[in-house]
Amino acid sequence: MWWKIGLFLLISFVSVAGIAFPIVEKPSAWYEFPIIVGLEENAKIIFFHVPTAWLTVIAFFMTAFYGVKFLRKRNLDDDAKSYAAAQLGMVFCILATITGAVWAKFAWGSFWSWDPRQTSIFALLLIYGAWFALRSAIESEDKKASLSAVYAIIAFITVPFFIFIMPRLMTGLHPGSADDTTAGPVINFKMNSNMLLIFFLSLAAFTILYFWIWNIGYKSIIYKDKINKLLTRG
Amino acid sequence: MSNYSVRADALLKTFGRRLIFNNLSFEFKKNGIFGIAGANGSGKSTLIKIIAGLISPTRGSIIHTNEGKVIDSEHLHNYIGFVSPYLILYDEFTAWENLSYFAKIRGVKFDEERIKFLFYRFSLQTRKDDYVKAYSSGMKQRLKFIFALMHKPVLLIFDEPTSNLDDEGKAVVYEMIKEEGGKNIVIVASNEKTDISLCPEIIVLENYKE
Amino acid sequence: MKSYALFQKDINSELRTRYAVNSLAMFVIVAISVILFSIGNEKISENLTGGLYWVVIFFSAMSGLARAFVSEEERGTTLTLQLIASPSTVFTGKLIFNLILVFAMNSVITLLYAALFDEFVIKNFLLFFITFVVGNIGLAVSSTVIAAIIAKAGSKGTLYPVLSFPILLPLILTSVQLTLFAMDGTRFGEAIFELAIIVCYDIIMISASYMLFDFIWKD
Repeated sequence: MWWKIGLFLLISFVSVAGIAFPIVEKPSAWYEFPIIVGLEENAKIIFFHVPTAWLTVIAFFMTAFYGVKFLRKRNLDDDAKSYAAAQLGMVFCILATITGAVWAKFAWGSFWSWDPRQTSIFALLLIYGAWFALRSAIESEDKKASLSAVYAIIAFITVPFFIFIMPRLMTGLHPGSADDTTAGPVINFKMNSNMLLIFFLSLAAFTILYFWIWNIGYKSIIYKDKINKLLTRG
Repeated sequence: MSNYSVRADALLKTFGRRLIFNNLSFEFKKNGIFGIAGANGSGKSTLIKIIAGLISPTRGSIIHTNEGKVIDSEHLHNYIGFVSPYLILYDEFTAWENLSYFAKIRGVKFDEERIKFLFYRFSLQTRKDDYVKAYSSGMKQRLKFIFALMHKPVLLIFDEPTSNLDDEGKAVVYEMIKEEGGKNIVIVASNEKTDISLCPEIIVLENYKE
Repeated sequence: MKSYALFQKDINSELRTRYAVNSLAMFVIVAISVILFSIGNEKISENLTGGLYWVVIFFSAMSGLARAFVSEEERGTTLTLQLIASPSTVFTGKLIFNLILVFAMNSVITLLYAALFDEFVIKNFLLFFITFVVGNIGLAVSSTVIAAIIAKAGSKGTLYPVLSFPILLPLILTSVQLTLFAMDGTRFGEAIFELAIIVCYDIIMISASYMLFDFIWKD
């Protein structure tokens, strides 16, 4: 109970701090953020956009991880965990894509410009979409679990390729990209320590929130299965 | 007499969260005819597929040994002859071509003498070069027995062996089951009383539902 | 040897039924003519030609390569195969079949493409050839394992490109890049990074497919 209240307070604090703390030229008070040339107020997206992207990846990893576990043990509970992770991953993936695109409109001038990370999140969106399409096409629960586990694993091992090839194929616009200084309107991404603190608090808050929802999610899937089984038995 | 044995330890199989059977253990050794009985949907086909290594049990293990050595799953299929209503041979090839491809894919010698004898025994000798798509369902059933016996397996698994067969066909199959049961292990899964009456030992799946 | 026998069976079956080859050949022709019609008399850039080349290859592959497993599943002969061969034999046999199909298909596409598109000029032929070989291997491996998945999923056509695209995306992006290099006449040394990526992709996909195929093949 207490940790739930704690999480509520943490998320409230991060939201208020992330949005309301002023950005000033020479930060002196603890609640002032420094100006990042080229980003200015736009920089505040980092407290919300980056955690969603991070959780998209975590959820994808967990989908594949519980896929492996299911294939080894054949326990449908692992499939429920995998499924709950993928559902959340899909939600965070959409959130990351939308927050990113809206931000890009203001920072880079267009919603979409095939920056390496935009391309990668798009690939993740495709993978999640394909994964759900595969599941809905299969009737039998066991087949659904094992085939989607195999697909999640195969999709997961293609991810490193995106990390290696994307920067070679297209120039990065993201703050902090390797070729930051050469392209794009923004750059030199330096956070001061209080900005970093809020950023990591936000990351932690979102991650705890994710695991909490995931926990409820997979348990409800398991209960639903069990109730269905009782109902069909009559 | 073969030196083959199949041992099942505490098999449990579920589909989704539905239990098919639980705590099923048995051992078949050397030779004999063993029956598996149960109503429709009781899991007969599932159990024989597990015995044949085609699907894995949810829990428990099934171990095949030959001459005291455990057979790994990569090679298991060459010890087994299998007939089932779900088995379908390739329509676009003749019966003979089907069998010769199967021997090659198995990596065993295509024993023409034995195959000819089997065709003769199941009264298909005049139709061996016909396309399988031209076969009637009874002829297809006979061809499946030739397919199951061609590589001299030591474990024979028959799921509803007499479906689609006429009386003459049934007589041939019963005779063959008795003969094979004398030297090898034969497992018969069926609802037909006459099929089951061949088997001195019977596993009734209804007893393994809890 | 056993998988070669399985491959022979598939080839003979294909020669008798023409299940994949006819539709595949027609698809290649349709895809290329659609591009030709939509271009009309416009002059298109070299970059676009190189990209469209892989678009044709991707969609042609999606129209024909599922056949290897879907035809077995449709006819119900999967059980027969499970009874006569181990999973690795089956996968190798089907992979050889798809490799031959991909190489034949892409050779035809390349020849047609070179004949019909004036802008499609390869300056570094060796680089193009190596890209062609390693790219085709990757394409065949990934599409074979996805074909096995969709065959077991019991859904025929539509799911195949949906599932394959994200898996093939790194391969296609890199191959497009390498094709453009070959058209520009880039020297070999500068393309070595992309080539290494495709070779790694091939190796990783082959190993993963063999490890995971057991789980797909046995229900």
